[in-house]
Amino acid sequence: MSQWASICPAARLPVERGVAALLDGEQVAVFRTADNRFHAVSNFDPFSGAMVISRGIVGSRGDRPTVASPIYKQVFDLETGQCLDDSAVRLEVHPVRVLDGMVQVALGAQALSA
Amino acid sequence: MTRKTLVVIGHGMVGHRLVELAVERGLVDAEDPGGWDVVVHAAESVPAYDRVGLSSWFRGTTAEELCLVPDGFFDHPALDLRLSDPVVAVDVAARTVTSSCGTVTPYDALVLATGSTAFVPPVPGATGPGRFVYRTLDDLEQIRAAAQGARSGAVIGGGLLGLEAADALRSLGLDTTVVEFAPRLMPVQVDEAGGQALRRLVEDLGVWVRTSAATQVIEQTDAGLRMVFAEGDPLDVDLVVFSAGIRPDDALARRTGLMTAERGGVLVDEACLASAPDVYAVGECASAAGRCWGLVAPGYAQAEIVVDRLLGGERTFTGADLSTRLKLMGIDVASFGDAHALTPGALELVYADPVAGVYAKLVVTDDARHLLGGILVGDASAYPVLRPLTGTDVVLPGSPADLLLPRRDGAPAGLGASTLPATAQVCSCRAVSKAEICTAVSDGGCRDVAGVKACTGAGTVCGSCVGLVKDLVKDELAGLGVAMSTALCEHFELSRAGMFEVVRVKGIRTWSQLLAEHGRGRGCDICKPTAASILASLDSGYVLDGERGGLQDTNDHMLANLQKDGTYSVVPRIPGGEVTPEHLIVIGEVARDFSLYTKITGGQRIDLFGARVEQLPLIWRRLVDAGMESGHAYGKSLRTVKSCVGQTWCRFGVQDSTSLAIELELRYRGLRSPHKVKMGVSGCARECAEARSKDFGVIATESGWNLYVGGNGGFRPRHADLFLQDVDTATLVRTIDRVLMLYVFTADRLQRTAPWIEAMEGGLDHLRAVVLDDSLGLCAELDAAMTRHVATYSDEWADTLADPDRLARFTSFVNAPDEPDPSIAFVRERGQIRPARSDEKGPALVAGPVLEVVRA
Ligand code: SRM
Ligand SMILES: Cc1cc2nc3c(=O)[nH]c(=O)nc-3n(C[C@H](O)[C@H](O)[C@H](O)COP(=O)(O)OP(=O)(O)OC[C@H]3O[C@@H](n4cnc5c(N)ncnc54)[C@H](O)[C@@H]3O)c2cc1C
Ligand code: SF4
Ligand code: FES
Repeated sequence: MSQWASICPAARLPVERGVAALLDGEQVAVFRTADNRFHAVSNFDPFSGAMVISRGIVGSRGDRPTVASPIYKQVFDLETGQCLDDSAVRLEVHPVRVLDGMVQVALGAQALSA
Repeated sequence: MTRKTLVVIGHGMVGHRLVELAVERGLVDAEDPGGWDVVVHAAESVPAYDRVGLSSWFRGTTAEELCLVPDGFFDHPALDLRLSDPVVAVDVAARTVTSSCGTVTPYDALVLATGSTAFVPPVPGATGPGRFVYRTLDDLEQIRAAAQGARSGAVIGGGLLGLEAADALRSLGLDTTVVEFAPRLMPVQVDEAGGQALRRLVEDLGVWVRTSAATQVIEQTDAGLRMVFAEGDPLDVDLVVFSAGIRPDDALARRTGLMTAERGGVLVDEACLASAPDVYAVGECASAAGRCWGLVAPGYAQAEIVVDRLLGGERTFTGADLSTRLKLMGIDVASFGDAHALTPGALELVYADPVAGVYAKLVVTDDARHLLGGILVGDASAYPVLRPLTGTDVVLPGSPADLLLPRRDGAPAGLGASTLPATAQVCSCRAVSKAEICTAVSDGGCRDVAGVKACTGAGTVCGSCVGLVKDLVKDELAGLGVAMSTALCEHFELSRAGMFEVVRVKGIRTWSQLLAEHGRGRGCDICKPTAASILASLDSGYVLDGERGGLQDTNDHMLANLQKDGTYSVVPRIPGGEVTPEHLIVIGEVARDFSLYTKITGGQRIDLFGARVEQLPLIWRRLVDAGMESGHAYGKSLRTVKSCVGQTWCRFGVQDSTSLAIELELRYRGLRSPHKVKMGVSGCARECAEARSKDFGVIATESGWNLYVGGNGGFRPRHADLFLQDVDTATLVRTIDRVLMLYVFTADRLQRTAPWIEAMEGGLDHLRAVVLDDSLGLCAELDAAMTRHVATYSDEWADTLADPDRLARFTSFVNAPDEPDPSIAFVRERGQIRPARSDEKGPALVAGPVLEVVRA
């Protein structure tokens, strides 16, 4: 069962920065990187408890695309959600795609197999 | 092969460390058919938390922040945490445990990690309402609840924990007394004289101390509780906290028939094995190497042993270091090694300064060549260096007395990281030796403290060893011939000054060009903001346009200051601290209409906290319409120019300090720099503006101004040095222009002016030569750069309001731009909002800022 939800036109996403989206009460941080890829992770910063991941600086560590929490600056892998400064911490990752110029995010992992 | 089950009883600090290690070392690999599953039974209702840091809960650290378990940790398929489900019985023959809800779990290995319980002396009246212990989060919640409406409290026990508890009661506003049975405070750690020094320091803080006091009975009276002592007057209080020691929690072990030590605790051997097959005990419930260890480090060491054994290793536990350092109520106390000089022939060296509140004692061998232990009260800054030397064969340098005399930089003379032997334990919490740290640098490729922390664990528990770790990393890198790299990060080999230089000389104007020509990868939270700041210093323009918007750091990104809960603060500019009543009213109205927490800052302005992203433009609109601007409390840029009232009103003033402060603030506002810049102007030598604690300080003289540079408050305070004397305003301003611009051109990232000048070859004389005699031929360029800045300054908040594209950034959600972030919650305190703590975020307490009046 697919649960793709459109959040905004792709052109509305700044390059190399994020935005927050609200889906069914859940907060998702959506990013578009310089290579025109899209990533969606939870907006919840596990280190501060604030909903701020979307406001972090995007970049890379080695070959991994990353976002740094704007509060205490821990760095997360945008593709896997893995925190690269603390192996025990990981952000939830959501599937994201662009369809007819709209950015769509799916909540919950089952959408992957849909 | 079948999978095996490890059952852990108790999810405290040590129990959790054991589970963490089991994962880290690959014991619980979920994929391995012969791997282990771990079932953890916890009596408490919350997962393991930092009991060592428990008291910080009273200072606002939340239960979530204390939690030791990262989110998602127990999602691991091989881990199972059962909260509020204590084990009630163990059957060592059947190899099963039974929990309170009746579940029976078979085990292949069992670990008891039940910790200890607070000891309550058998005094009549010791239990009942108003009487508490100090061990769990639950205890603290009860104490806080009871303290509401109470006026006074007593702590029974003047040891380490008792003093922590007393500090907690004091912070709850109670008139607090510490009652100690022994003749001095902290009798286990410090000696008589140290105890006296400590007592004076504690009393100076307003906590009463009663030593040699044996509590005989606690009576319930109409007014509260009355403590009656063997001698002296009784004490009437509203509540009593027991902190008279701990007892190993070995009740379950006793019921199981495991052997226990005479003084309590599950008796274990060097492998931490108890008296039944495959049953281990670790942490405070275990009696290992002849005793129970009431600190977390030995428990962590035991957890290591058990995991090693389960993996087939042979490691043993033979004892641990009982050194402690404690910092509470601002009092620094440390005790290490043979603090009481019990070693035969030991000599004691004592240094005491009752006025400064400092007492230090070192215990050395009979030939005064080796350190055996010591006690430091009032100033324990030498502890991180002294502790690892304790009990080693390192020969002390020079006269041991040198070690005791206080130094300004903390570390005693002649003793540094380099004197430590390779085996010295640098981090006692995680048992990391100097050799391990050095190897992490030389072979492990670690290049900074963060790397060493991640790779060895050193410095991650109590943090007291971090300074020493840093010294070791520096020494080790130097030894490898690797100068501490000046590269900004993995994306740029350039230092900040180097980056500034290429941007300036080549006229680079975009990040893409800079990255393509001088960097690699895609950048990060270090190089991007640095580049953003440099691009802004060299060509002032709107900082959020196009590509530059993506580079900005946390606060610059939204032109306001991000707070811990995701809201922002706005600090309207109040140049020189002068404000008209009308503007003051506008600020008040904005604060009221947006329900913002309002506070006078240390920089002569007013900070408004708790604004949501989408409210920022509405707030700026109100300020701009009233002829004001928001201000830079963010950005590495000019903060405030603090003024005194000066000649205009003050009977001592000799120049118009307020006007000059306003002129300087308006001149330099918005200039992006390597770190923040602060200034101050005082109207006479009385110095009410504290100008000498600023980066640039100006003090009026009969004939003009004196200029001071390089002052700093903050982490390492420093008074500014006299740079120019008795100059007129024009000379003064031109000189500040040049020094400031030179700082922008050449300082390191996040280097304030004080360390910049200190690191400058030739120091102040060199600086004078450059900006006054133009020794480098740079002045024309510095002047031009400042002229351009002043001419092109533009109010970035008004510029945002004027452009709908720019405003689009200031929305909460891209798909619901006006929907307030539902996670933000406030409670009211003293008539204003403050962020709700996580334990308060229930629906009843949520009170979002009400937007009563918003102008369209
Ligand atoms: C609001 C204020 C405290 C207050 O309630 O009074 C404050 C608040 C902050 N200070 Fe400060 N400092 C404030 C006056 C000071 C002062 C006193 C002064 O300026 O007279 C100092 C010591 C003087 C100095 O800077 O030399 C001061 C030394 C620091 C430091 C340490 C700097 C250092 O060199 O060691 C930091 C950390 C940093 O900048 O890296 C800091 C950082 C901060 C930050 C920016 C931390 C952060 O990133 O969130 C705080 C954010 C403010 C906000 O969100 O609005 N704050 N801070 C004061 C704002 C004054 C103003 O109107 O601009
Ligand atoms: C206020 C305070 C300050 C401290 N400061 C320091 C310090 O500065 N430095 C230092 O080294 N140490 C300090 N300590 C001591 C340190 O906290 C302990 O050494 C450490 O917590 C011991 O860990 P543990 O896992 O053995 O026991 P605990 O952390 O006490 O955990 C034991 C857990 O087992 C649970 N349990 C008990 N019985 C059962 C059962 N039958 N079934 C399931 N669960 C059970 C308990 O509820 C508890 O949660 C401090 C302690 C306190 C209270
Ligand atoms: S510094 Fe001098 S002029 Fe300024 S307020 Fe103080 S006493 Fe008056
Ligand atoms: S000594 Fe406590 S963290 Fe290193």
